[in-house]
Amino acid sequence: MSSHSTTAALTQPAGGKRADKTFKAVAYACGILILVVLAAVALFLLFRALPLITGDQAANSETISNFTGGKSTNFWQYVGPLLFGTVLVSALALIVAFFVSIGIALFISHYAPRKLATALSYVVDLLAAIPSVIYGLWGGLVLVPAIFPFWNWVAEYLGWIPIFAGPASNPPRTVATVAVVLAVMILPIITSMSRDIFQQTPRLQEEAALALGATKWEMIKLAVLPFGKSGVVSASMLGLGRALGETMAVLMILSPGMTYSFKLLQASQSQTIAANIAAQYPEANDLGVSVLIGTGLVLFVITFVVNYIARKITEKATA
Amino acid sequence: MVKNLFVRRGIAAVSLLAMTAALAACGDNVSADSSNNASSNGSSEKISGEFSGAGASSQQAAVEALIAGYKSLNPDATVNYNPTGSGAGVSSFLTGALAWAGSDAALTADQVEQSKSVCAKGTAFDVPVYVSPIAVAFNLKGVSDQGKHVNMDASTIAKIFDGKITTWNDQAIASQNPDLKLPATPITVVHRSDKSGTTENFLSYVKDAAPNDWQYDLSENWPNSVGQGSKGTSGVISTIKQADGTIGYADFSQVGDLGTVAVKVGDSYNEISAEAGSKVVEASPLDESAKGENRIVVKIDHNTTAAGAYPIVLVSYDIACPAYKDAKTGQFVKSWLTYVTSEQGQKVAEDAAGSAPLPSKLADKIAQSINAIETK
Repeated sequence: MSSHSTTAALTQPAGGKRADKTFKAVAYACGILILVVLAAVALFLLFRALPLITGDQAANSETISNFTGGKSTNFWQYVGPLLFGTVLVSALALIVAFFVSIGIALFISHYAPRKLATALSYVVDLLAAIPSVIYGLWGGLVLVPAIFPFWNWVAEYLGWIPIFAGPASNPPRTVATVAVVLAVMILPIITSMSRDIFQQTPRLQEEAALALGATKWEMIKLAVLPFGKSGVVSASMLGLGRALGETMAVLMILSPGMTYSFKLLQASQSQTIAANIAAQYPEANDLGVSVLIGTGLVLFVITFVVNYIARKITEKATA
Repeated sequence: MVKNLFVRRGIAAVSLLAMTAALAACGDNVSADSSNNASSNGSSEKISGEFSGAGASSQQAAVEALIAGYKSLNPDATVNYNPTGSGAGVSSFLTGALAWAGSDAALTADQVEQSKSVCAKGTAFDVPVYVSPIAVAFNLKGVSDQGKHVNMDASTIAKIFDGKITTWNDQAIASQNPDLKLPATPITVVHRSDKSGTTENFLSYVKDAAPNDWQYDLSENWPNSVGQGSKGTSGVISTIKQADGTIGYADFSQVGDLGTVAVKVGDSYNEISAEAGSKVVEASPLDESAKGENRIVVKIDHNTTAAGAYPIVLVSYDIACPAYKDAKTGQFVKSWLTYVTSEQGQKVAEDAAGSAPLPSKLADKIAQSINAIETK
């Protein structure tokens, strides 16, 4: 009975055509919807940030100097250090997370025994689902007091490298600590995507490498990594995107500052755009909100730029 | 603790949600003590309707408890308080959106003038409703964990918070504490990273009492880049707790088991307490420059020598109109402010937020101002 109706459905083109059309329309609608949403967000940001550009400049600079305690009066002076802080923290997080992620991904795809690999994959996917507030709380309450001896050691023995210049702040609510927490946050995303790609390396290429006398590491270098390169780059960019926009974890850990400083172990040096918006929003007046949304617009643009660069790199890698 | 951290650090929407939740929670347990409250205040007529205020976040804990208490007296009244910050509260009061505003700073002359358009008659006035001592809290192994206080004068406090004194065994601190064995631990200053009335009140003490050691202008933002910034009182407290050698300032009620600095007043070092905070308010003159009817603005005398006084306090005001366009709102504000400034209301605030009771000298004046609110 059921098999008969299936064949009937397959042989009757009339219903199929309508379904095909409907599906096409739905798919189109979804595709357009995402563009509309993106445009709406961009328009909203522009519209709300407009008073910053067209409004009374004296009032603007007063608002900004109110935010910074008189340290800056101009929007670009204000957003500059924030942008620097955002990029610095995210880039550091990516550097830390990238190599560890590749390591974990390779371990899962090529080294671990099957049972362990399955369990490990499961754990990594689980980690990716933990909300950032939890990471923030963990970072702020557990990691911050615990990591001080390590940073202190770094400042003492590697302090001659300018970025590790001491004295290490205690409690270490610093860029370095935030970068570590963000790295832990983006690790699962990069790992999970890289693992999927490494697992798809054509068996034939791998075996060819081994047949030519390559060791396992040489095989990975020759076959797996080149194959996965573009995927790994886009995975990293996805991770970087999460780090760029991360709010709660940064807000809960970092002691904010407004400088262009590379002193990773000292507190009150940098602040990120997202955390700054969350910190200042509750007590901001109308114009203050405009200024904050203006910084949000800058973050929006930066995210686009980062994604564009990633796209370019991926294109080059696949070409 | 975790919940507390969450509420303070969340954006406005979150705190609003949490507040509604807290209100709902309060609604449940008021019934228990409503009977004895009602008997004491039973004479006044019941208020009904929905009224909202907004402003200083410092008052939040006290106001939440007060709302619960008020509701037990007036079960048909719904009162909301949105802790948007003093500045935002006053500006929305001046648009006529609120029944009253809470503020850590008295009205400016401009704001008094603006209030003409909002009030049915006359100009808005401010009365002190919430006095809270600000503790200079620290965490130092061998001192604070043994429940000991450190003595400091204003100049030492100013120098520490300006990064001029950087270790705990500095001569300036040691000479005032001959009985303590101070370690050579470096000092980490912890201050608020957000705008805060606590910062402004703390700094106004430092500026008044040690003008030579504190050159910065007074503002709600922390002026220098010494030490670490942390969001909200809970953020400051948790940062202080996280490391040895930290020092910061915070609302007394939140300090918990951290060490507190005994501040030099006259020739003695006075420890912080609610009563000591109340004493400095009592010893302080009213600010004569605050022009406008019924206004009561306290000019805290930071250089007071009154015995037992603790000079670092935050005085928070409620701002209201002498007459409202809607008589019902007038009735509410009058009964609400009467409740808040009553002995009973101050007790509720003290239990909930560790605030200092309003000195009796002021209470009569405040009652006069509130009684001037027209309810017809």
